[in-house]
Amino acid sequence: MGEGELKLLGTWGSPFAIRVRIVLNQKEVKYEYFEEDLTNKSELLLKYNPIHKKIPVLVHNGRSVCESLVILQYIDEAWSKSGSSVIPTDPYERAMARFWAAYIDDKVIQALLGILKATTEEEKTYKISETMSVMELLEEAFEKCSKGKTFFGGDTIGFLDVTLGSYLTWLKAAEKLSELILLDETKFPKLVEWTEQFLSTDCVKEIMPEVEKAEEFITKTLKPRWAAASSK
Amino acid sequence: MESHKGVTLLDFWVSPFGQRARIAMAEKGIEFEYKEENLAQKSELLLKMNPVHKKIPVLVHDGKPVCESLIIVQYIEEAWPEKTPLLPSDPYQRAQARFWADFVDKKVYDCGSRLWKTKGEEKEAAKKEFIEILQILESELGDRKYFGGETFGYVDVAFVPFTAWFHSYETEAGFSVEESAPKISTWAKRCGERESVKKHLYEKEKVYEFVCMLKKRLGIE
Repeated sequence: MGEGELKLLGTWGSPFAIRVRIVLNQKEVKYEYFEEDLTNKSELLLKYNPIHKKIPVLVHNGRSVCESLVILQYIDEAWSKSGSSVIPTDPYERAMARFWAAYIDDKVIQALLGILKATTEEEKTYKISETMSVMELLEEAFEKCSKGKTFFGGDTIGFLDVTLGSYLTWLKAAEKLSELILLDETKFPKLVEWTEQFLSTDCVKEIMPEVEKAEEFITKTLKPRWAAASSK
Repeated sequence: MESHKGVTLLDFWVSPFGQRARIAMAEKGIEFEYKEENLAQKSELLLKMNPVHKKIPVLVHDGKPVCESLIIVQYIEEAWPEKTPLLPSDPYQRAQARFWADFVDKKVYDCGSRLWKTKGEEKEAAKKEFIEILQILESELGDRKYFGGETFGYVDVAFVPFTAWFHSYETEAGFSVEESAPKISTWAKRCGERESVKKHLYEKEKVYEFVCMLKKRLGIE
C-alpha cells in the first residue's frame, strides 16, 4: 500500500504542513517536497486541491489527499507497518484525539493571532487571558490522554502531539514579540515538559522552523499586511 | 451516571448534527436512548458531558461522552465495526470520504444559515455561494447512487440531514435545488426512502416553521 511516488505540497511555516512532515519523518517515508508560494499558487497546487486551493496536499501515486488531519489518518492507514501508529487504536481514544485536534485547530491560531494583532493594552490583556484558558484545557487534556506517559500519544508521538506541536514555533515567536510567557511552567507544568520532550525528538527537530524565522516573518510580512488591511 | 451501561444521545430535535448520529445508529441497528435538550436551559448532564463546548449532540456510551457530530459518527463506525460499515476499507477511499464530510461540515450549515439570516445583497451572495456548494457536491456524487457508491455511507450521513432544510433555504433565498443541482435533488429523494432517514428527519414544513420562529426570535424581517 505504501509504495509508489509521494509528493507533499506545503509551506515552511504552516503548522498544517509541519505536522504532516513530522509524521512522514517518524515513519521514515520518503517524499518529494514542494515549497509553495501562497501569493502565487502553483499549477500543481491548483490541480491537486482544486476545491480549497490550500496546503498541505499529499499526492500519492498521482492521487491527492487534502486537509491535514485527513492526511495524517491516511498516512497511518497506508503506512500502517512503518513506525508507530499516529492515531490511537481504541475507538474512544481515537474520538478523544479527534476532539482535541479539532479544538486545537479551532483555538490556538485564533489565540496567537489575537495577541499579535491586538492594538490596545486592554485588548492584548484580554487575548492573553483567552489564550491562558485554552492552555488550561490543554494541560487537562494532556493529563487525560497521556495517562502518565511522555506524549499525548503515550510513549511515542501521535496525532495530538503533532497537531499541537506544529504550532510551537509560532507560539514561541508570539511570546518573544509580545514579551510574555505563555508556556509558563508554574501554570502548565505538564505542557511545558511535553514541549521540551516534543521539540527534542529527532523526527521533530529536523522539521520545526527556527523561532527567529517566524519572528522575522511576523514582523516583516504579517504585521505590515495586517496594518495595511486595517487602514483600508 | 458513570456506570450507566448503554448508549444515550443528548440532542435537539431539529439539529442536523444530532440527526447525523441518530441516522448512523439507525443504519447500524444500534439501540439508544434519546434525550431532548432544552438549549435555553441546558441540563446538568449536558454541561457535565460537554464542558468544553456545552453543545449537542453528545453521545454517551457506557457513561463516557463523545462530542462533535462527525467525531460521534466515526466513533459509532469504529465501536460497532461489525455492523453495516459506513466507511470503505481502502485508505484512499476513506480519505476521500473524510475530506467530503469535512467539506459538508465547513460549508453547508454556515452558508445555509446565511440564506435566511441575511437580506438583500448579502442574501444574494449567500445564494450564489450555496448553489456553488451544491454543484461541487453534485460533481463529486456524479452518477452514483450515494456518495458512498452503491451503499449509503459516511458522506451521505454527514449531508442528508440538511436535505430537510432545502425547502427552507429555497423558500428564503428564492432558488430551486432541483434546478440548480438535479442530481443532489434525486439523491435527497433516494435517501428519503431509507428507514433511518424517514425515521429521523422532520418534514420540510416543520423545519421551515422552526426557521420562521428563529427569525422572529432573532428579529429578522
